[in-house]
Amino acid sequence: MSKEKDYASSALVTKKEKVINVIVFIALCLGAVVMVFPLIYMVATSFMTKNQILSGTLTLFPDPILIGKYSEVLQKGEFIRGIINSLKVAIPLLIIGGFTSALAAFGFAKMQFRGKGILFLALLATIMIPFAVVMIPQYVMFTKLGWTNSLLPLIIPGCFGNVSMIFFLRQNLLGIPDELMEAAKLDGCSYFGTFVKIFFPLMKGAFGTQLMLWFMGIWNDYLAPTIFLRSEKNWTLQVVIRSFNSYYAIQSDYALIMAASVIAMIPTMLLFFIFQRVIIESIAISGIK
Amino acid sequence: MSKTTKKTKTKMSAMAKKEERWAWLFIAAPFVGFLLFMAYPICFAVFASMSKWTGINSLIGNFCGLDNYIALFQDEKFWKSLMTTIIYLIGIPIGMILGLLLAMGMNRKIPGVRVLRTMYYVPVVSSLVAISILWAWVYNYDYGLFNSIIKALTGMHGPNWLGDTFWVKVAMIIFMTWKGLGTSIILYLAGLQNIPRNYYEAALMDGANGWQKFKNITLPLVSPVTFYILITSLIGGFQVFVEVSVMVSNGGTDYSAATVVYYLYDKAFSNGQLGYGCAIAVLLAIIVFIITAFNFKFQDKWVKTMD
Repeated sequence: MSKEKDYASSALVTKKEKVINVIVFIALCLGAVVMVFPLIYMVATSFMTKNQILSGTLTLFPDPILIGKYSEVLQKGEFIRGIINSLKVAIPLLIIGGFTSALAAFGFAKMQFRGKGILFLALLATIMIPFAVVMIPQYVMFTKLGWTNSLLPLIIPGCFGNVSMIFFLRQNLLGIPDELMEAAKLDGCSYFGTFVKIFFPLMKGAFGTQLMLWFMGIWNDYLAPTIFLRSEKNWTLQVVIRSFNSYYAIQSDYALIMAASVIAMIPTMLLFFIFQRVIIESIAISGIK
Repeated sequence: MSKTTKKTKTKMSAMAKKEERWAWLFIAAPFVGFLLFMAYPICFAVFASMSKWTGINSLIGNFCGLDNYIALFQDEKFWKSLMTTIIYLIGIPIGMILGLLLAMGMNRKIPGVRVLRTMYYVPVVSSLVAISILWAWVYNYDYGLFNSIIKALTGMHGPNWLGDTFWVKVAMIIFMTWKGLGTSIILYLAGLQNIPRNYYEAALMDGANGWQKFKNITLPLVSPVTFYILITSLIGGFQVFVEVSVMVSNGGTDYSAATVVYYLYDKAFSNGQLGYGCAIAVLLAIIVFIITAFNFKFQDKWVKTMD
């Protein structure tokens, strides 16, 4: 008798659960639409005519569809130069900084030395130092070195490694058995050789994910470029679209501004959509660890 | 102690020494980077903060002791920007509550969680400059998306989002919450998935209702995630600059949108008061340090660990 009642109540619970799930699903979908709506609006605006944009009525569908703003943006020399400058910063930085970060992560994860724990904690603590605190002295330093007429201020500091990348790669290496290290030692393999031949291939996946995240950071960076790049010919893409915004807003050419912003977002968006699973996983880990 | 063991012992330590030297070499780069681009600049900033230095005049010749700090404490614009920075922090609890609720929704057995998760995360990976430009357009008084919607719904003209000293703060908080929500969701979702199912089953046996389960299981067990989000958002919250710089000009009407970092930038790079800027930087570092230390000190009061 009581058993029957139990069954009945559990059936009721699952039915109730199902109703809740439907409500939750609808709510989540509505929220998601709200989240991406501004971005859709951005793309829509980039295809609109000035008249439609300034009509003041809510429209999402460009009529007629104007693609001319995209070719107009891509024909602007400073825009292309911005893309090239951003790449000129990102490529050497990722190669050299990626290498130093991976090597340091290997040292922290697989080698024995005095002061390991405290040094690692000290390094982690540096993440908390706001960039704003060091930006004036860095600016003065880079000016004295004559770097502010080049892209060096954006490249050199990162070449010494990226602390969050070191943290994640170390975490990844800790999951690889120490026996591999011992075996390499017995084989007479040098420490650097062990890193290059054995451990680096094993952390390639994590390495790639971290490089992607770092690339996004470099590509989207604005504060450092705006301080350190004194001459216009060195402006990175974000500085360029910012200057477009102040210049073309006066002419109410919002379609052009939006088209430039859309293009500026495409590389990181593509990377994100292709590798979203690993990127999101890597973000999720940071909160648990 | 026999001779042979002593010998192997010294041999071992020679190997260990070799390993240690290599390890130090491997980890050297980030520390050299830290010394050059963090430690030295911080010391420099502390020193420069005690000089009426403009970058052109002599740093040592214009030494003024604590004058910059005294001036800073009487500087209305500084207090205003600090206050605005703190007001913007209201977005942190809003984002955390929304993030936890949405993550709890996604943690249920519903279809398309991965697609939804991605959609909420898109603003996080977007360029901050690009989406600030976009939102400045969304907030446009005459033609923007928000006021178009308000007009379509109510027939009235919406507020002057970025031009009004009150609404600009609301606008910034909405923007920052939108931008950061994806991160909180991902982090909370990972935290929720880490909670063993049998905790909830046991609670169900004990006849706990939904709210009790939330209060006694979910909330305490995601508290490490809450702590992580709190710490990182507070540190980030004191560094807000780009959105203010892009969305309003000159810090907004009556400087109502300017943050501490915006003021620092303004003083140092628009007015050329580098010494004064350094004083703001040092004060900012102290504030961030105190808040972080405070959080770590009191974390054991509310942050629970799984074991």
